[in-house]
Amino acid sequence: MKTSIIAAGVALTATMAAAETPVLTVYAGDYFTSEWGPGPAIESGFEAICACDLQFSTGDLLPRLMLEGANTQADVVIGLTTDVLARARASGMFAPHGQDLSALTLPIAWPDETFIPFNWGHTAFIYDETRMATPPADFAALRILPEGVKVVIQDPRTSISGLALVLWVKAVFGDQAGAFWADLAPHILTVTKDWSESYGLFTDGEADMVLSYTTSPAYHMMAENDLTKKAAIFPEGHYFMAETVGKIAATDQPALADQFIAWVLTQEFQKAIPAANWSLPSALPLDQWPAGWADLPLPEKVLFLSEDEAESMRTAVIEEWRAALSQ
Amino acid sequence: MIGIGVATFVAALTLLPLGAVFLRAGGWPAFGPGDWDAVVFTVQQALVSALVSCVLAVPVARALARRRFRGRGLLIALMGAPFILPVIVAVLGLVAVFGRSGLVNDVLGALGLPAVTIYGFGGVVLAHVFLNLPLAVRMLLLGWQAIPAERFRLAESLGFGPFALLWHLERPMLRAVLPGVFVVIFVICLTSFAVALTLGGGPRATTVELAIYQAVKFDFDLGRAGLLAAVQFGLCLLTAAVAWRWAAPAAFGAGLGRAVPLPAPGGWRRWGDGLAIALAAAFLLVPLGAVVARGVPGLMALPPTVWEALARSVSVALISGVVTVAAALALALAVARGRFARGLDAVAVLPLATSGLVLGVGLFVMVQPVMIPSRAALPVTVAVNAVLTLPFVYRLLLPQARDMQADYGRLAAALGLRGWARLRWLVLPRLARPMGLGAGISVAFSMGDLGVIALFAGDQGATLPLVVQRLMGAYRMDQAMAAALLLVGVSFALFWALDTWGRRHAAA
Repeated sequence: MKTSIIAAGVALTATMAAAETPVLTVYAGDYFTSEWGPGPAIESGFEAICACDLQFSTGDLLPRLMLEGANTQADVVIGLTTDVLARARASGMFAPHGQDLSALTLPIAWPDETFIPFNWGHTAFIYDETRMATPPADFAALRILPEGVKVVIQDPRTSISGLALVLWVKAVFGDQAGAFWADLAPHILTVTKDWSESYGLFTDGEADMVLSYTTSPAYHMMAENDLTKKAAIFPEGHYFMAETVGKIAATDQPALADQFIAWVLTQEFQKAIPAANWSLPSALPLDQWPAGWADLPLPEKVLFLSEDEAESMRTAVIEEWRAALSQ
Repeated sequence: MIGIGVATFVAALTLLPLGAVFLRAGGWPAFGPGDWDAVVFTVQQALVSALVSCVLAVPVARALARRRFRGRGLLIALMGAPFILPVIVAVLGLVAVFGRSGLVNDVLGALGLPAVTIYGFGGVVLAHVFLNLPLAVRMLLLGWQAIPAERFRLAESLGFGPFALLWHLERPMLRAVLPGVFVVIFVICLTSFAVALTLGGGPRATTVELAIYQAVKFDFDLGRAGLLAAVQFGLCLLTAAVAWRWAAPAAFGAGLGRAVPLPAPGGWRRWGDGLAIALAAAFLLVPLGAVVARGVPGLMALPPTVWEALARSVSVALISGVVTVAAALALALAVARGRFARGLDAVAVLPLATSGLVLGVGLFVMVQPVMIPSRAALPVTVAVNAVLTLPFVYRLLLPQARDMQADYGRLAAALGLRGWARLRWLVLPRLARPMGLGAGISVAFSMGDLGVIALFAGDQGATLPLVVQRLMGAYRMDQAMAAALLLVGVSFALFWALDTWGRRHAAA
C-alpha cells in the first residue's frame, strides 16, 4: 500500500514535471542516438543548460519530413548531409537560423542562412599498409592500379558516400569522368548498398582499398590502437561533406530551437563531435581539437561543388557512373 | 468466415498502401534511367536462382526423407539457419568461403588452379541458393513426409524400381509441391537487393528493389517507387498464375498416419543420398561456420543495450509468429474446404511481391492523418511482419490442409466435429508439423525484419537488427558481427523450439 502511494506520488510529480518542461523534438539520423553516436552527449549537454526535455526521434530524415509536411513533430533537424540540402531547402519547411557563423572553421566558405554544419570530413580511399605497401599517390595512379588490386565502393544511388564519390570524380575529371570510371572498373571488386558493407569487406581483407572518409583512420588509431589503416591523400583534392542542423519554420518551440542551434556552435558541443561521430568539428580551431586529432593526415586541397551545381548534375553523373560500370 | 476476414485484411494491407503511395505522389509516374534494365536483370536472376534451388533441393530432400543417421534432426534444423541470416552477415559468410581470399580460393591456389570470383551473375545465384535452398528442402521434405507410408510399402511389395517409384509416388508429390516452392523462392529473389548488388559486382546487378529504394530514400519520387512496386506485383502474380496452373494435387488418399520410416534403398542410391546430404551440408554449413567464427570473439564485449534490443526483438517476433500462424491456418482451412478457394489463394500470394519500403511509405501516409506514426510503431510492425510472412506459412499449411480435408473432411462432418473440437482432434494432429515449421520461419523472419518501419521509428528502443546496423556504422565491426551471431543464434533457437514442437505434436 505504502509503496503504491509512493509510486503514485512519483508518477504524479513526473507528470507535473513533464507538463512544465518544454519538449524540444529533434529529428536525427538513425545512428545518432545509439550509445556509439553523438546523441547521448548532446542530449545531456543541452538539457543541462536549457531547462527543457530534448527528445530525439530517429529514422529516415528527408523522406519522413517530406511525407509529414506541415504535420511534422520536429522542431529541429540534425544530420541532413550536404548532398540533400538542395531538396531540403526546396521543401520550404526550414527557417533561417539567424546565427553568426564567424565561429565556423570549415575549409570552405559557408554563407548558408538556413543550414549550419556541425561536423565535416572528406571522402578518401582507405588502405591497410600491411597489405598495400605503395598506395596510389594521386588520381592518376588510381587509374593505373597494379593488376589484382581491388577497391570496394558504395552505390551513388543508395548511399551518400557513394554520391560524394561520383561528384568528387566529376569535380576532378570533368568531361573525363566517364573515362576514369572505365579505367577503374576492372579494379572495382564490387559496389555495396551502403558504407558499412564496404567497410566490412575491407576490414575482413576481401578488398585492398575502400571508399570511406579521411577521418576513418582516426577510429582505428584511437579506439583500436591500430596505426595500419591510412587514407590515401591525393593532391587533386578531396570532396567535402558535412552534416548540418536546421530549424523547422513551423516549430512551436522557436526560442528553444534557436538556443539549440546556437549551442551546436559552442566549444562544448564541438569538442564532443570528433570521438562520438568520427568526424571533424565544424567550429573549433585546429589547436583546440581533442588529443590526437590534429595529427590526422588531411588533404591540403578541398573540393566542393555548389549545391545548385551538384543538384543539377546529380542524375547525369550517376548515369555516367552506371553506364561505365555496366559495360 | 475467419478465412475471408483474414484475406480481406491481407489484401487491404498490401494494396491500400500502394494506392496511398500513388495518391500521395500525384501525377503520372514514369520509369527512371536504367529501370528496365533492372526489371530484366531482376527476373533473370530470380528465375535462375529459383530453378537451381528447386533442382538441387529435390535430391537433398529425398535423401533426408529416407535416410536415418545420427545428428539428422540437428542437420535438418541447422540447414534452416541461412534463411534467417541478416543480409550483410550472409554476404560476409559467403565471402569468407568463396571470396578472393576465401577458403575455396585458398584451396584452389594450393593446388595450383586458377582462382574463381564470386562477384557476378554466378555470385548472385550462389547467394540466393545459399539463402533459399534450406527453405526449398524443408518444404519438399514436408511433401515426402506427407506421402502415406502405406503407399511406399505397396510400391515395395509390387516390386517398383527407383524409376517406377519416382513416377508413381514422387512425381505426383513434386508436381503438387514444387510449383509452390518455385514461386516462393522466385519472389524472394525478386525482392532481393543488397545481396544481389554486392555479390553481383556492381550496377549490372541492379534490381527493382534497389530502384525503389533510390526512388523513396534519395529522389523522393513516390510515383516511380509505386510504379516499380506495381511491376513487382505484376511479375509475382504472373509467375504464381503460371505455376498454379501447372500444379496438381497429389491425391494419394488417406494413410493410417503411422510413423513408418520410408524405404531406404541400398547400393548406389545409398551412396548418392550420402553425397547429396554431404554436399548440401558443406555448402550451407561452412559459410555458417565462418559467420560463427567471425562473431564469437566479439561476444564478450557486447554492450548491455544489445540484450535490451534482443528482448524487444524476441517479443515482437513471438507476437508476430502467433498472429501469422493463426491467420495462415484460417486461410489454409478455408481454401482447403473450397469456399472462394481461388480468390483466397490469390490473396495469399500478394504479400510475397510487396516491396517492404513502399508498404512502409504507404502505411505511413495512411496512419499519419490519424495519429503520430511513431505511436503506431508496434502494431504496425506486428501487422507488417504477419502479413509479409503469411505466404510462407500458408504455403506450408495448404497442401496438408487439402489432404486433411480430402481424407477426413467427410468423416469429421459426419461426426459433427466442429469448432474447437475439430481444431483439437483433427486439425492440430494433422497440421502440427507444418504449423511448427511455419511458426519457426515466421518468428525467425520477424526477428530479422528491418526497413519496413524505418519511417515509424521514433523514441522507442532499437531492435537487434538495428543495433547490428548501428554498430557497423560506428566502425565496431567485431561487436556488430557478435550481435549478428546472437541474432542468428536466438532466431535459430526459437525456430528450433517451434519446429520441434510441431514434430512432437504431429500424429504422423
